[in-house]
Amino acid sequence: MAKKPLGPVRRAFAPWENPEQQPFIEFRNVTKRFGSFVAVDQLSLKIYQREFHALLGGSGCGKTTLMRMLAGFETPTEGQIFLDGQEITRIPPHRRPVNMMFQSYALFPHLNVEKNIAFGLKQDNLPRSDIKRRVDEMLALVKLEAFAKRKPHQLSGGQRQRVALARSLAKRPKVLLLDEPLAALDKKLREETQIELMNLQEELRMTFLIVTHDQEEAMNLADRISVMNSGHILQVATPGEIYEQPVSRYVADFIGDINFFECKVTGCRPQNGGASITLHSEELGNEIKVKAGHPRMIGDAVTFAIRPEKMRISFEKPLDPSLNTIKGEVWDIAYLGDVSIYHIKVSQGHIVRTIVANTTRLVERPISWEDKVWLSFDAEAGVILSQ
Amino acid sequence: MKALKKDWFSITSLVLGFSFLYLPIVILVVFSFNSSKLVTVWGGFSTKWYSALLHNEQLLSAVYITLRIGLVSASIATVLGTMAALVLAGRGRFMGRTLFSGMIYAPLVMPEIILGLSMLLLFVAVDQARGFWTITIAHTSFTMCYVAVVVQSRLAMFDQSLEEAARDLGCPPLKAFFVITLPQILPGVLAGWMLAFTLSLDDLVIASFTSGPGATTLPMAIYSQVRRGVTPEINAICTIMITAVTLGVITISLLNKQAHTKKQSSATIRAGS
Repeated sequence: MAKKPLGPVRRAFAPWENPEQQPFIEFRNVTKRFGSFVAVDQLSLKIYQREFHALLGGSGCGKTTLMRMLAGFETPTEGQIFLDGQEITRIPPHRRPVNMMFQSYALFPHLNVEKNIAFGLKQDNLPRSDIKRRVDEMLALVKLEAFAKRKPHQLSGGQRQRVALARSLAKRPKVLLLDEPLAALDKKLREETQIELMNLQEELRMTFLIVTHDQEEAMNLADRISVMNSGHILQVATPGEIYEQPVSRYVADFIGDINFFECKVTGCRPQNGGASITLHSEELGNEIKVKAGHPRMIGDAVTFAIRPEKMRISFEKPLDPSLNTIKGEVWDIAYLGDVSIYHIKVSQGHIVRTIVANTTRLVERPISWEDKVWLSFDAEAGVILSQ
Repeated sequence: MKALKKDWFSITSLVLGFSFLYLPIVILVVFSFNSSKLVTVWGGFSTKWYSALLHNEQLLSAVYITLRIGLVSASIATVLGTMAALVLAGRGRFMGRTLFSGMIYAPLVMPEIILGLSMLLLFVAVDQARGFWTITIAHTSFTMCYVAVVVQSRLAMFDQSLEEAARDLGCPPLKAFFVITLPQILPGVLAGWMLAFTLSLDDLVIASFTSGPGATTLPMAIYSQVRRGVTPEINAICTIMITAVTLGVITISLLNKQAHTKKQSSATIRAGS
């Protein structure tokens, strides 16, 4: 994963691996019910100072409720929330050192850009000169000096997004909350803004918490991702871990594209710290050799998951005996420009997706429809998930 | 317009419909400038009935009372109606909100005579001497639901996250309402006030039920005078009332329209940029 080219300091940033490290934000057994609906269920989560953390999940998974509880707009039904060592569970939003950038941006329509940014500072009764200085600083930060006197409706979507960002940063909050901040921007602008956000977080050395349903955005921005579903956190890990070692079928399926095969464990022997496991899949009509982190019981029903780009296609059966090989036929090819997705029909009619980078021009494509091919992947390419 | 010109049926129904609506009013206005004392005979143009009004103590005091009732009841109704609208437009969830939303509309369709009678019964039951304040209370209670409806429709367009953003930035809830929400819904609140004032101004039924000695509103005064015979003076005062109400209605629609065009113009600017 070529993530964040920010040098060795950034790569070493992993406070969650240090058990001594005090969390900056902590949700402790937090439950939130709306009537009979449980939005957040017995959830615990630790976020560390200067971390860029993403809450990722589909709509209704509880990610927004979790963020709103941190902002103070919702009060947990049960449990506690801590920020920087202090309990903030019942502190109202206007007394929390936390600021939020809203999905709708929520810019005050009757105030100009300058006054929008100054709004939070004015609430603290700062001297006028301090407010002015800070507003100018913020305008410079988001490169909107020329638009200080404009009203929000006279700005483009991207500019409004930057005003919202400047406004929420103006008070130098302990945590910046971002609620789907880029959802309203088009793809190109979104990518640019993502880079800006990352640089900003690096520069300001602040803790950022982002809520998003866009897995690419979460992978791109965050140090760690919490994948949520129906009020629970399924996995908290770095983007790389989430992608390569998903803990459940839901997580594997939510992030990126993946093939699942229902299997039975037919063999298992320990091997330098992990286990070498043999699976049998009815769907593939094949044996699969897997190197796994921990052993499995023989006879257990499990799911084997493998990402499309981890498999190779060839005409000839690879000779290396350590590779898993599956025989199939090209069923369909989806050409996406940079890559092509090959749909390979294996025995039993099961379709396996695999990605091939288009390193040669299209006319020279060697493997075509209805070709008999071999799929191959090594023992570390996929993961075993419990069912 | 071109299509309309050829369509005789449309023109006829338009003319008939509008004459049905406005002919009586036009006649009333025209005859307020009649110099003859007889209401039905034209005796030349004159504004003497308007100057005569200035000397009619009874009518003038009725005008004064009506305006006071209107101002006070419209103001209270605006505060209460706005509060009701805020709650009903989705601040906080609570049991029976749907029921309350439905109930706020009830006075809109309830016959005035029933409202008036029930108010009278209430004031008798609590042994309240009837006069200026009883009419004001009655008017407040029946106009506040109109305010609530107008403000509620305005709030439907209001992005609630604006107020949340204000609170998030350190603004206490009450202040957030006054600095952020109120400026946004102000056109609706003002329109609600105008509506409440206008309704109070021309109400006869409820006022008759709830008034007492010394508190005769203008519509009541007119009504009792008419029973003794219509004078051109009545025409004059009615013309003034029509003018006032018309101006009120125009103001309300301008307030609403201004808010609307503001939205539209901002949309065009956005599209242009």
